[in-house]
Amino acid sequence: MKIEVLGMGCARCNKLEQQVHEALKELSIEAEVEKVSDLDKISSYGVLMTPGLVINGTVRSSGKVPSTAELKTWIAEQSS
Amino acid sequence: MLFIDILQSGWSALLEYLSAHVLTCLVPAFFIAGAIAVFVSQASVLRYFGASAKKVVAYSVASVSGTILAVCSCTILPLFAGIHKRGAGLGPAIAFLYSGPAINILAVIYSARLLGFDLGLARAIGAVVFSVVIGLIMAFVWRREELEKVNNPGELALPKEEEKTRPQGITLLYFAVLVGIMVFGAAQKWLITGVLCLALGLVLYRWFKKEELGFWMRQTWDLFKKIFPVLIAGVFVAGIIKSVLPQQVVEQWLGGNGLGATFVASIFGTLMYFSTLTEVPIIRALMDLGMGKGPALALLLAGPALSLPNMIVIARIMGVKKTGVYVLLVVIMATFTGMIFGNLIL
Repeated sequence: MKIEVLGMGCARCNKLEQQVHEALKELSIEAEVEKVSDLDKISSYGVLMTPGLVINGTVRSSGKVPSTAELKTWIAEQSS
Repeated sequence: MLFIDILQSGWSALLEYLSAHVLTCLVPAFFIAGAIAVFVSQASVLRYFGASAKKVVAYSVASVSGTILAVCSCTILPLFAGIHKRGAGLGPAIAFLYSGPAINILAVIYSARLLGFDLGLARAIGAVVFSVVIGLIMAFVWRREELEKVNNPGELALPKEEEKTRPQGITLLYFAVLVGIMVFGAAQKWLITGVLCLALGLVLYRWFKKEELGFWMRQTWDLFKKIFPVLIAGVFVAGIIKSVLPQQVVEQWLGGNGLGATFVASIFGTLMYFSTLTEVPIIRALMDLGMGKGPALALLLAGPALSLPNMIVIARIMGVKKTGVYVLLVVIMATFTGMIFGNLIL
């Protein structure tokens, strides 16, 4: 599974990345987590507000930090 | 001048700034900005930036939505890139890029408070009107390219619409009370302010969840942490400028409301980098040294919208040629607006 965190180094983007790692740990699922800070790439996903979260190529959230519960559901959905 | 005197000047500017009358206005402003970020649905605004949105709507929304979308300057570039590439296109993207930094709620309140109500208002109106003009010109120059994009529309990943937890009227009432507290607090009408604070408490108690209040407080604190230290540094620098820059130099280059002074101000604003809100105390310092109101407005309009570092980022998104034309338009428009304001309105 590939998880991308979109954001140009704002505080909330770092928070999201940290939460993704926590969610993965709690579910004990391995995944490749990448931080995307290139604006070209961020906008190619159509994300207007950062932080954005992309799991396996689909945008799951943008403009906010989702709760850990939400993160876990998305990750579990993808891995099953 | 001794080094210690220079530091002294920065220090006294800082103390003056921290005195009660500036704080009474800025503290509520931070709470309002936090409330906007938490309680105003951004999805409902972003929808109008889609490729299928009507042009008139896209331009109007782009020119005013900075009020609620661009509380921090770091959100402007991703929005700009997204609207340009996948959304409503070059014109609305440019309109947003130009007006966003000038009309966010903190900037408007702070400018009006520190530079005078007329300059604050002129900044907001000037930014909105000329953002549309610049956007339309850019879209017209590159109309062929834009036509191609219409045939291949992209898609935007919009944030999910959040569930409504209270009637819309209540949210409006809540914002009205917040603005009331700020206005009457600044006017030092303590009785009315007190009554409004009580009203706010009641509204919060009756219609807001505890969790939401937590979000609001956290958002406000985040903004405060992000913006306030930089602002303090800006005030300090402004104080230093005031003591080291000879009054003659400012009067010679930026004094009065002539074409030359206004033009110099817009060029300076275009190149210079101002972090969120720091343009305001620096412009205040320059005005104290003799800069005219026309050049001040030109600087306010060109300053936050453009700087050398962000020109480089913009050029990477839309190419050097378009960026060149954009910069040129900003300089011309800022000069023009400054001239009108300095000579006709005053």
